[in-house]
Amino acid sequence: MPVKYFHSVTLDEALCKGCTVCIKGCPTEAIRVQKGRAWITAERCIDCGECIRTCPSGAKKAISDPLSMLDDFDFKIAIPAPTLYGQFPVTLSCNKILTALKSMGFDDVFEVAVAAEILSRETRDYLKQQNSDNPLISSSCPVVVRLVETRFPSLIDQLVPMISPMELSARIVKDKYKDRTDRVGVFFISPCAAKVTDVKTPRGIVKSSVDGVIGIKDIFKELSHAVNHVENEENLNRARAIGISWARTDGEGSAVHSENHISVDGIDHVIDVLENLENGHIKNVDFVEMMSCPGGCVGGPLTVENPYIARNIITSRERSHQAPMEHDSSGEGYNTIDMIGLQWTEEIESCATHLLDPDYKKAMEMMEEMEIIRQGLPGLDCGSCGAPSCKALAEDIVRGKTTETDCVFMLREKIRELTREMIELESRLPPGLDR
Amino acid sequence: MIFEYEVSGDDYSLAGRASSDIKKKLKQLGIPSPVIKKTAISMYEAEINMVIHADGGKIVVTLNPEQIKIVLEDTGPGIPDLDQAMQEGYTTACEAARELGFGAGMGLMNIQRNSDSLHIDTVIGQGTTVTILLYMNG
Ligand code: SF4
Ligand code: SF4
Repeated sequence: MPVKYFHSVTLDEALCKGCTVCIKGCPTEAIRVQKGRAWITAERCIDCGECIRTCPSGAKKAISDPLSMLDDFDFKIAIPAPTLYGQFPVTLSCNKILTALKSMGFDDVFEVAVAAEILSRETRDYLKQQNSDNPLISSSCPVVVRLVETRFPSLIDQLVPMISPMELSARIVKDKYKDRTDRVGVFFISPCAAKVTDVKTPRGIVKSSVDGVIGIKDIFKELSHAVNHVENEENLNRARAIGISWARTDGEGSAVHSENHISVDGIDHVIDVLENLENGHIKNVDFVEMMSCPGGCVGGPLTVENPYIARNIITSRERSHQAPMEHDSSGEGYNTIDMIGLQWTEEIESCATHLLDPDYKKAMEMMEEMEIIRQGLPGLDCGSCGAPSCKALAEDIVRGKTTETDCVFMLREKIRELTREMIELESRLPPGLDR
Repeated sequence: MIFEYEVSGDDYSLAGRASSDIKKKLKQLGIPSPVIKKTAISMYEAEINMVIHADGGKIVVTLNPEQIKIVLEDTGPGIPDLDQAMQEGYTTACEAARELGFGAGMGLMNIQRNSDSLHIDTVIGQGTTVTILLYMNG
């Protein structure tokens, strides 16, 4: 089956200066600078948004859906990520934020945090049933799932095979309005670029129930105005502390009530811990929460508030939402959950993006050649060639994508050689004069 | 194809570099992921041992289409009682290493479990050579 690549993270060519800052920060070495601009290799990009954070010119963008997409549907429901609550001061209640959001053209809102609570409980039960020595890895961050399938396929079996809170929310509302005959549209209000990718090309399920993903930053201005103009706030907030906490690091980790869990955030730390998991170095741990963004989703590339401030707001809101889950005690009705299904139905396939060649012998030859080329390069990892390191350049050369003279030092060496040859030639006299 | 690594004996934070590099190479070569995982676990454990117990040393990894051979050679103190060292939980790790979570055992059992063959040559006062074999189709 051919792998389809869709990416929400893209480049605005007009803004790119070719400065090479982004190639260094990309955790999967997916970016090269050539012909004065950056190029992203689709197979390697995991949509972590790291380049969006580092590009000094704002040339890396995340494509999300425009609010105008609402016009394509008759009945519209917003499903906001818990992170949204961290974007407004605690003095503005969750109800006020939700009422304002609803007023922007939605017929209903349903908090993703509520689905997160349900999933916390399910994951808790799932963990209890496991009796393997290998820790389970959270699959709620789509970047982590993509990282595992491309770079750590030996850990695929350790991923918790459950849909994300976003997906569950969409399924719950689609179920709630299943009798409507008009077009029902569900929109995720997102801190996350990778969720756009996850909706278009999901993993673990066949098709996403989400119809559109709208970046928090893209509606923030309008939403702030709306928040300030709410007169009668509706009682829309159901989510409690547990669900809200998923917005920050260790929210999910604590919510699953595992005695020995670790929580990791930031893509570099995530990679480091995945390496350690693969080495078997992480023992006596039963659950690993992994969030690609610094601080968790509060640090997502589509947010507006500083992640540390947002995290602080989230923890304050958790304190004021300590009462038990309403839908648990009042039985307000998510009892259809069993029918909706929370587990993955599709296998996650390993797709090794760093493979040199499918033929082992050929790959081996390429690797040998790569070693020789690398030894000839200066080893400064300066990035002037447009590749993140000399090693990466050596790989590009072997893959036939570029040549040694991309390296400025090699180029200078070549020029020197040529100059020597020219001087040598210049000193030779025509045979008639040479005596 | 042969890869060589010098492993420094006094910096725990660098321990595991050689294993990581080999892991990356195996992935580039398309070695099946269960084999990669077994190699990663056994080589990492042996590399850490080399740092903790023997002041570093040299690792030579030989790859061919059938197998991965990892030879770890040190000039450390040697293992006094190999049978005892093979037992679960046995450790001679120093305090500093244990605080880092290393050396809860020498992990030789773990290497054995995760490799197709393990051979240890050790001479007191002269050093230890650990040879680990993994089959590509294993
Ligand atoms: S950081 Fe990358 S995308 Fe941004 S301007 Fe520099 S080369 Fe272009
Ligand atoms: S941490 Fe959250 S916002 Fe960041 S990539 Fe993962 S799911 Fe998206």
